[in-house]
Order: sequence, then C-alpha cells, then structure tokens
Amino acid sequence: MLGALVIVFREVIEAGLIIGIVMAATRGVVGRGRWINIGILAGVLGATIVAFFAGAISEAFQGAGQELFNASVLSIAVIMLMWHNAWMARHGREIAAEMRSVGTAVSEGAKPLTALAIVVGLAVLREGSEVVLFLYGIMASGTTGSALLVGGALGIAAGAAFTAFTYFGLLAVPTRYIFSVTGWLIALLAAGMASQAVQFLNNAGLVVALDRTVWDTSWMLSEGSILGRMLHALIGYTERPTEMQLTIYLATLLAMYLLMRIARYRPRERVPAAAE
Amino acid sequence: MRRIILGLATVLVLAGATARADDLTLTLKNHHFTPAELRVKANKRVTITVVNNDATPEEFESKALKIEKVIPGKSKGIVRIGPLKPGRYPFVGEYHEDTAKGVVIAE
Repeated sequence: MLGALVIVFREVIEAGLIIGIVMAATRGVVGRGRWINIGILAGVLGATIVAFFAGAISEAFQGAGQELFNASVLSIAVIMLMWHNAWMARHGREIAAEMRSVGTAVSEGAKPLTALAIVVGLAVLREGSEVVLFLYGIMASGTTGSALLVGGALGIAAGAAFTAFTYFGLLAVPTRYIFSVTGWLIALLAAGMASQAVQFLNNAGLVVALDRTVWDTSWMLSEGSILGRMLHALIGYTERPTEMQLTIYLATLLAMYLLMRIARYRPRERVPAAAE
Repeated sequence: MRRIILGLATVLVLAGATARADDLTLTLKNHHFTPAELRVKANKRVTITVVNNDATPEEFESKALKIEKVIPGKSKGIVRIGPLKPGRYPFVGEYHEDTAKGVVIAE
C-alpha cells in the first residue's frame, strides 16, 4: 500500500506544484476557482483518454508518438505561461493595487484565467495519464489490488495536500510582492518545461544536436528523490542536463524577460482602463 | 505542411533503419527485465527496443538515461539514448521498482 502511495504521490507532485502556483498567481481574480476546476477536470478526463490510447500513441510516428505528444503538451504549456506573464506584466500592478485598496477579490481578467486553466489541464493530463495506467495495472493484476488502490487514492490525497501547502505558503508572501514572486516562479516553471520538451524531442530522435551532458549532479541530489522531483517540477532541475537543454532553458528565461519588458512598455501612461 | 510531415516521416524511417544495425532488446516478463545488464557502445546514440510481455503497463524510467516512457501491456516501445560516457546507467520499471530494474553499461 505504501509503495502505491509513494508512486502515485511522486507522479502528482509536479501537477500539484503547478496548480498551487497558478492559484497563488491568480489571487484576487474573479472566477479563478471555476477555471482551475475546469482545468483539473479536463485534465483528468484527458488523462483517462490518453491512458486508454497509450498503445496507439506509443506506436505512432515510428514509435516516437509518446515523446512527440509530451513535447507538444509541454510546449503549449510554455506558451500559455509566457502569455500569462506578459498579461500580468501589463495588468498585474492594477490588480495588486485594487487588492490592496479594497482588500478582496475584485478584478476581472478572463485572459490569464484561460491560459492558466490550460496549463493546469495539461499538467494534470501529462502526470495523470501515468497515474491512470499505474492504477489500471493494479486493478488488472487482481490479487492484492484493493490495498494498493487505497494506497493510490492516498497518494492523490497527499498530492492535493501538497498543492494546498504550496498555495498557502505562497499566500504568506505580502500582497505587494505576490505577483512578482509568482511571475518569477512561472518563468522558471516555463524554462524547466521547455528544457524537458527539447529532451523529449531528443528521445524522439528529432533534435539530436548539442546532446553532450554538461554536468552530473546525481551524486549530490538525485532527480528521482522527492526533493529532486520537486525541484525538477519547480525550476527544471535536471541531474545531467545536455547542452541543448541548458541552451533552451536560458533562452526561455530570456524570451520571457523580453516579452514582459515589451508588455510592460506603454508610450504614455494613461488611465489603465483605456489600455485594453 | 504535408511536405514537412513527409520529410519528418522520412527522417524517422531512416533513423529507424540505421538503428536496426545494432539491435538491442530488453524484455520485461513477470516484472523483471532480461537482460538485467545491457552493454552498449559509449559515445554513440543507441536505440533499445523494450518489449513488455506482461499484461500490465509499465513505465520505463531512468533519470540517468533521461528517459521516461510508458510501455503498455503486451506491446513494445522504442527508447533512444546516448551518447553516453563510459559508465553504469541504472533504469527501472517505475510501477514495479523492487523487481523491474537493470543497468545499461556503456563501454
């Protein structure tokens, strides 16, 4: 039972962290609960469908279907995170100011909600399909199934608790800084996802340039450990990054920074409402 | 777009064809890998076919090899790794980690 708990918990950590950060990043935005729930539900539904078609996906594109699928999912998530950060660079100050003056959720802002709901959905989709397959395997093998299923359910519960922990931890950040903190977290999240995506393209045999390993820190922090996995999800920690992964990681951070600078730029400061 | 897809397909077919030259296979049965030690050439890209003879799905995982791949039950998956420096690179079947484990030895 404990084994199943640990396996499922490990799989849901990444999605859990992402949901926690997204919830903190949308603090003060009206209707965010509904959007995040839609994202989670769509993710679970998608994960079940993906698990069901795992065989077909795996065999597509000369056996590289799964890698291409993962790379696509990650790339879309990176684009959505960039979109969100650019939008926040433009409007975040107003939302934070409103939150400070009124003290409660008052802001409208459908754009970052759809983008982040998609990010949540994709995170649940990717990790969730592995959980579904694992639980399916347990059920299919019969015998000790029920205890393992309980373990699996507890693993999901532990993941949810972890999400709450991330969220409330971030809430401790003062309102004035919350959006710059979540903005940085989202930038690092996106950079980590982009470097994972390019590694999937390498596994697919498509991007094989710069494939030398730059360093190996597995002796210090194993990527398979719980802390390693958390850092992997959070900032893209990789124990043996390739030159390409490192390049893409830094390029994503730079692109994110430039995009936010451009979004923030306004020729003449006018009434915020007129900007849209 | 069509041309790009055709081009990609050609590249993938060619990649598949060259890989067949030094064919490496890992077989999973009763949640054990055979062989448990797989020797590959160092500093070269290597393609391994993982055959899952169990009825249940398995996730072939190796942080050292930078691979995470679901292999559904009664099917097989292609895993592309390398170039590896000489050394030992452990891998596991994540869903049955206590029995499904092995190591790739690059030399």
